[in-house]
Amino acid sequence: MALLEIRNVTRRFGDFVAVDGVSLSIGAGEFFTLLGPSGCGKTTLLRMIAGFDAPDGGAILLDGQDMTGVPPEARDIHTVFQSYALFPHMTVADNIAFPLRMAKCPPGEIPARVEEALDDVSLPGMGKRFPNELSGGQRQRVAVARALINRPKLLLLDEPLAALDAKLRERMQLELITLQKEIGITFVYVTHDQEEALALSHRIAVMNKGKVEQLDEPAKIYGFPKNRFVADFIGECNLFDCTVAAHDAGGLDLAIEGLGKVRSAGAENVVQGAKGTLALRPEKVAIGRELNAADCVNRFHGKVFDYLYTGDVTLYIVEVEGGQRVEVMLPNNAVGRSSKFFEPGDAVQIGWRDDAGHYLHD
Amino acid sequence: MNARAQKWLVSGPPLVYLLFFFAIPTLIMVVASFRFPGDYDPLAPIFGTGNPDEVAGLTLESYQRFFADPIYLELFLKSFLYATATTLLCLLLAYPLALMIARSPKRYRDILVLLVILPFWSNFLIRVYAWMIILGEQSVFAKGFNGFLGLFGLDPMPLLFTPLAVLIGLVYVHLPFMVLPLYANLEKHDPALLDAAQDLGAPAWQRFWRITFPLSLPGVYAGAALVFIPALGIFAIPDLLGGTDGILIGNLIKQQFLEARDWPFGGVLSMVLTAAAIGFAGIAAWFARRQRV
Repeated sequence: MALLEIRNVTRRFGDFVAVDGVSLSIGAGEFFTLLGPSGCGKTTLLRMIAGFDAPDGGAILLDGQDMTGVPPEARDIHTVFQSYALFPHMTVADNIAFPLRMAKCPPGEIPARVEEALDDVSLPGMGKRFPNELSGGQRQRVAVARALINRPKLLLLDEPLAALDAKLRERMQLELITLQKEIGITFVYVTHDQEEALALSHRIAVMNKGKVEQLDEPAKIYGFPKNRFVADFIGECNLFDCTVAAHDAGGLDLAIEGLGKVRSAGAENVVQGAKGTLALRPEKVAIGRELNAADCVNRFHGKVFDYLYTGDVTLYIVEVEGGQRVEVMLPNNAVGRSSKFFEPGDAVQIGWRDDAGHYLHD
Repeated sequence: MNARAQKWLVSGPPLVYLLFFFAIPTLIMVVASFRFPGDYDPLAPIFGTGNPDEVAGLTLESYQRFFADPIYLELFLKSFLYATATTLLCLLLAYPLALMIARSPKRYRDILVLLVILPFWSNFLIRVYAWMIILGEQSVFAKGFNGFLGLFGLDPMPLLFTPLAVLIGLVYVHLPFMVLPLYANLEKHDPALLDAAQDLGAPAWQRFWRITFPLSLPGVYAGAALVFIPALGIFAIPDLLGGTDGILIGNLIKQQFLEARDWPFGGVLSMVLTAAAIGFAGIAAWFARRQRV
């Protein structure tokens, strides 16, 4: 049985439907992420799980028990808030001990458990400090330690890394993964950062306009987005409007304006003349002065229109002869070359395999 | 203009004002407390003309008088008790009010704060006279109150010119000075802290006792200082509502200056009162500084 069951939950604010009939089932020990742009309903859903807000319809069950009418303080669920919400008048140790005191833990046990919790988040001996004496990363760790100390069934994390700089964020991501694995508590993580979601999660629910657009493992979400929204939201993606010109057992022939005929892997239930979208990740497109790769069945000549140099890779925008612009990603790791391979105006050829793109029904 | 000159330009006028209207008068009173009372003038001269019959110079006589008779210290103690009771009652009444205003929707808050300071728009004495009418024997309130006592077979009780009337007046006059600093503090509290406390298992009273109240202590200390210190020296309220034996230290000081025309003794009483007020303000500031907010 799932640890957390969200059954057809709806929440309206006036005419605005923040969460629209969402059903999710989250297993024990899972690292689950709610991913979506701001206003997609992910935070509202999180607040309803925590108990700060009540659904207008549907039910939330924790361990098979209906949580309707159960106040936040009585739910075996703790939250790491975006602002951390550390109590400024208490030391780190008192902050971490707070849930233990509320749960009437024998006072004799508290210091040892607090010290253990500080060790868990690599802050040994920091108990006597006050929150305003800590760095952003340290505060984040204290917030996690405080929320985990009396081992709730479920930990909710509301964009906990949003306030940290990129370098620290990466380190904290690794720490969160390790911690979650070690203690085995179910994490429900809310973020709008798709890279973070891909890096951390066992499963991701991509949300948009109050609905779950796709629920899958990170690799499936990235590799096989279910629709245009998911393809566009997760990572860089070329999205071409297309019409199915022909289909056979081996795949599809797609007609794309400004590009021409493109061969793509097959999809289910495709009919000739159907309109859809071809989603093509820039890193799956090859680029060269002249391509000799035989497996690139889709090949087009064009000119470099512009590029974006980002250190590890360069994103080229290539305008093909038909006029369509295609984003192509090239790693900057070729030995003995300058970091920039092509300049705007250079004549190039681009190409991709038939299974590189992903056809989406409209 | 450099930063230094700018600083002086900004802080100069209030500094000059305080020098003239606070520091110099205080200094005059310090000196006055060591002088002799004059025969016709309130103060005898410091430098005499050499006439052996003339009283002149400096003396500790007034201080000796103050400490010789316990009645003065008792009056201080009485004033201290009244001021303490006033502060505690103001705190009890103001805290829920300030919390209610701070937690009400933003668009109502300014109106509610305005209502708190509305009494300041009419004269202080007029408001105290209004209390004389309310507490007077013939008022609907007093009759209702005594009628209520009568239900339990108790004798009617006068309200005006009693310690209770003084306390009511003191609390009434000082209440806004407690509400405003409390509100200013409570309004700034981060609501996420209460969410976090609730999320981590704290029921409503624990959230108040462990989060809201400790974080509001600087506001409590500021309000307590703003109520306690003026309440300690006030004379108008006991004058009007307190009757013959209702006087506090403020009344005695006023008498020394206006009726007895004994400025040195009035100066001594003022010095002791000022020292006590500075002491209490210092204690409040020390407590407030220990808070890490």
